[in-house]
Amino acid sequence: MGLEEYKGVFVFAQQVDNVLDGVAFELLGKGKDLAKDLNTEVTAVLIGSGVKGLADQLAEYGADKVIVVDDPELKDYRTEPYTHALASVINEYKPEIMLVGATAIGRDLGPRVSARVKTGLTADCTVLEIGDFPLNPVPGKENEQKHNQLLMTRPAFGGNTIATIACPDNRPQMATVRPGVMQKIEPIKGAKANIVEYNPGFTPDHKYVEILNIVKAVKNTENIMEAKILVSGGRGVGSAENFKILQDLADVLGGTVSCSRAVVENGWKPQDVQVGQTGKTVRPNVYFAIGISGAIQHVAGMEESDIIIAINKDEDAPIFDVADYGIVGDLNKIVPALTAALKAELG
Amino acid sequence: MKIVVCVKQVPDTKGGVKFNPDGTLNRAAMLTIMNPDDKAGLEAALRLKEQYGAEVTVVTMGLPKADEVLREAMAMGADKGILVTDRVLGGADTWATSSTIAAAIRNLEYDLIITGRQAIDGDTAQVGPQISEHLDIPVISYAQDIKIDGDYVIVQRQYEDRYHELKVKMPCLITALSELNEPRYMTPGGIFDAYDKEVTVWGRADLKDLDDANIGLAGSPTKIAKASDKVRKGAGEKVTLDAEESVAYIMGKLKEKHVI
Repeated sequence: MGLEEYKGVFVFAQQVDNVLDGVAFELLGKGKDLAKDLNTEVTAVLIGSGVKGLADQLAEYGADKVIVVDDPELKDYRTEPYTHALASVINEYKPEIMLVGATAIGRDLGPRVSARVKTGLTADCTVLEIGDFPLNPVPGKENEQKHNQLLMTRPAFGGNTIATIACPDNRPQMATVRPGVMQKIEPIKGAKANIVEYNPGFTPDHKYVEILNIVKAVKNTENIMEAKILVSGGRGVGSAENFKILQDLADVLGGTVSCSRAVVENGWKPQDVQVGQTGKTVRPNVYFAIGISGAIQHVAGMEESDIIIAINKDEDAPIFDVADYGIVGDLNKIVPALTAALKAELG
Repeated sequence: MKIVVCVKQVPDTKGGVKFNPDGTLNRAAMLTIMNPDDKAGLEAALRLKEQYGAEVTVVTMGLPKADEVLREAMAMGADKGILVTDRVLGGADTWATSSTIAAAIRNLEYDLIITGRQAIDGDTAQVGPQISEHLDIPVISYAQDIKIDGDYVIVQRQYEDRYHELKVKMPCLITALSELNEPRYMTPGGIFDAYDKEVTVWGRADLKDLDDANIGLAGSPTKIAKASDKVRKGAGEKVTLDAEESVAYIMGKLKEKHVI
């Protein structure tokens, strides 16, 4: 069948325990932009058991249509039934674009689905836009240039290079996007979507794994991806105990403490507050980088912050290359003094 | 039990990043290593071998130089190495790479296939799950613990806020996290023995049941439109001040930007 038969922007609306993941809303926000450029609709694909009630929430975040695949086999995430669900939706409804969150679920589901429906998948995209492929027409082959393609930009080599990738000859054009990268819209209260229920049938086979046990980690109440102000510490903070001075600064500003990879490796902070390539991508209003040298893997996770303030005693630390305001100095003196000054100012 | 471990030779981006004078990445000056997640996968396979008895075959796809990671794997204790190399396989995206590796694995007997979660050069985490789809076997990604129970594997599968303990009948594919274990070092005896062990080299002609439309650059659905070294936002101000002046400076900026 022709590629032109594939229409619409589809978003996998990830839910766990029947709670939608924030990345679903972020993808809808970006999906809406792409759909506008293509003069088409954005559709959320909601997969789970007893999840139909979540459709209105997806409508409020921009979904024109919600396809619900609801089946008891889909209660908890397992690769095979979810792959069957999403691949069947793709084969039935033929979207031109399929976006999936680059979560621990999406980075398993995306590749398996792409292999099943025989299309390309670009991982961990940071920019998605509609454009031409090749970007510039090849002289003499102007009519071979394809328009209205999804151009997917992603970092590679540990954030050292960026590549823009297209999928010109296969559909859908599939991408995963890391949580925190795209912007969700302000929810439109009371918005309604066209809800379509679809069930391709689920027959357990050799690929269905058995869930013996689900062990939830002790929930950390701080979500660094939601924080407007992050006070982030690195190896230079020196010890777990010394993170107290960062916590005090965060408290006075209503912010949250995060950290670099070295801090997690030293056991000073848990992994769920780690910023960077192997941690989380954050874009707060203000990011304090305190005693963080600024390895490229760290910078990849925080450089989109609105304002970056770095404090480091090493004047050659690479963090100063991305900081808006860099202070070469002793964090042990500056941070407590700053906290005291802010207390006096803010009362 | 027969275990196949997929490994990749990658540039060492951790700490060893080198730049040319013009600011571009100097790949020639960077060392290559066995991809860390793959090494954890290999270590897991070697521990299963010690515990339950197994033959461990290591497979890599790459340039002829990728022979080095197979030698390293065998020096750690792997039994056999297979290098899949051919110019027509070059430039492959994850679809074409997984199609090719799946074809190579079809030449082998296996109960368990272990890959790393992701490689540090591409960071896609796609090849493992895609191989499993091409082979029509179950996949368990992000493994933080692997046990064998008769014909079954029991794996702790990590998520952001939990793990699932999963059970599935072999054959299956598992993708390993670096957190799975601390890989062993090569031993001097192992290094010596590694050069007596067999490395099999397979080219395109050795891979049956593989369509030319699914290999190499031409068989890759994704195409690179543009690649560039990352342009970062320029450095802002940098000041060297004592503590009191620093505080006044930061307070000034926070007020200027209406943060406070």
